[in-house]
Amino acid sequence: MKKYNEEHEWLEVEGEIATVGISTYAVEQLGDLTFFELPEMDTEVSMGDSVAFVESVKAASDIYTPISGEICEINEALLDEPEMVNQDAQSTFIFKLKMSNTDELDSLMNEDEYKNFVDSL
Amino acid sequence: MEELLKTPLHARQQELKTKNVSFCGWDMPIQFDGIIAEHGYTRNDVALFDTSHMGEFFFKGDIKTSGINEATSINIDALNVGKCKYGFLLNEQGGVIDDLIIYRLSDDELMIVVNASRRAIDFVTLNERITNATLADKSIEYAKLDVQGPRSKEILKKYFDVDLDALGFFSFVQTKVFDSACLLSRTGYTGELGYELYVDAATSVKLWDALILDGAKPAGLGARDILRLEMGYSLYGNDLSETITPLEANLSHFINLTRDYVGKDALAKHKNEGLSRVLLPFKTSTRRSARKDFEVYQNDKKIGFVTSGAFSPILNVGIGLAMIDTDGFDKTQSIELRDKRSSIEANITTLPFILK
Repeated sequence: MKKYNEEHEWLEVEGEIATVGISTYAVEQLGDLTFFELPEMDTEVSMGDSVAFVESVKAASDIYTPISGEICEINEALLDEPEMVNQDAQSTFIFKLKMSNTDELDSLMNEDEYKNFVDSL
Repeated sequence: MEELLKTPLHARQQELKTKNVSFCGWDMPIQFDGIIAEHGYTRNDVALFDTSHMGEFFFKGDIKTSGINEATSINIDALNVGKCKYGFLLNEQGGVIDDLIIYRLSDDELMIVVNASRRAIDFVTLNERITNATLADKSIEYAKLDVQGPRSKEILKKYFDVDLDALGFFSFVQTKVFDSACLLSRTGYTGELGYELYVDAATSVKLWDALILDGAKPAGLGARDILRLEMGYSLYGNDLSETITPLEANLSHFINLTRDYVGKDALAKHKNEGLSRVLLPFKTSTRRSARKDFEVYQNDKKIGFVTSGAFSPILNVGIGLAMIDTDGFDKTQSIELRDKRSSIEANITTLPFILK
């Protein structure tokens, strides 16, 4: 079950690990992705921090972590093939983190809430 | 907000999965299948661009005595009927009011094609510079389709009673398509084999449908911007403006200083005094691209600004043009392109970015 923030990042929880990506809506707005800057491994980040960066043929955008924690995996394949996210945004992760405050999950939107949020834009 | 203008093909385009953008007062498609895909269609096959937002003026009068020959940098008097030429409408300081293409329709008739964003000021300025002649703005009634790509000739052949093989670059014919008038021009903004078709609104819709059935893929302004930048073609508002002269924009090969026209004296003076800045092409060393208004640094000194920037799908790096102060600049050394967030390394290169 994915959860979303208002910056169009999704996360999926498995145990204490959160997997993070960007939503299909965000990717459609950006168009063809051309470049990713990924977070550094083992850094402590707080919910809402800009931790990564993406460029497309049309625009550049920060990627904000939807939850606090320590970065424990990054998807290095995106450095050479950012278009993987265009092909399947909902199942291509950008980074994973070990959550430090799972209470924050309550402040994120579920699928339906996110869908309503996008429809309101 | 003012209502956006729509081209005759707007309804057709909305039936496709298109993303639109407000561009110079027009509601225009920025992409259909995706910018990189459309770039590929144009470079490898054939793409169809709706550029009906461009302005078309029609001039009638004596070329030598009406003032039109001194109104722009283009020597129309030396232009044969059936040929067209690229040049500039300049202000007295040599700055560019617009870049345009003039078509010699007959001894005393011209079509002048201008940028949508500059149509109003171009019309006023040209009118101020001519006497005993008429200038009509037919931009709204004219639609324009650009058919661009290596297969463009092949798919257009069956619609025209014209020998397309004999139509040279920057040549055109006034012919017919679907029984309606069509000005067919062997020009484009992509660097590929290609044609620009000037037709009425109803004919543009018939052509659009027919060419798509023939396999042409619709392409938008996003791909068009990358295609033109890969060739190093200027975009008005980015690389050219009223405060940038054609000499600074590295377009001196389009400038003849041996004949008189508005802005020529300023350009001649400018050339004699030497240029303090010049537009140069750069390539980044990664997939990152700088955008318009990024600042340019060398050895931590600010030396200019980016006027155009994009990702080149062919080169797999960022490309662009930057206006750079020449004093103390070393073009053999790398430069840095900065905005608030990023610093991107780049090197000066030569145009075009890709060889055609």
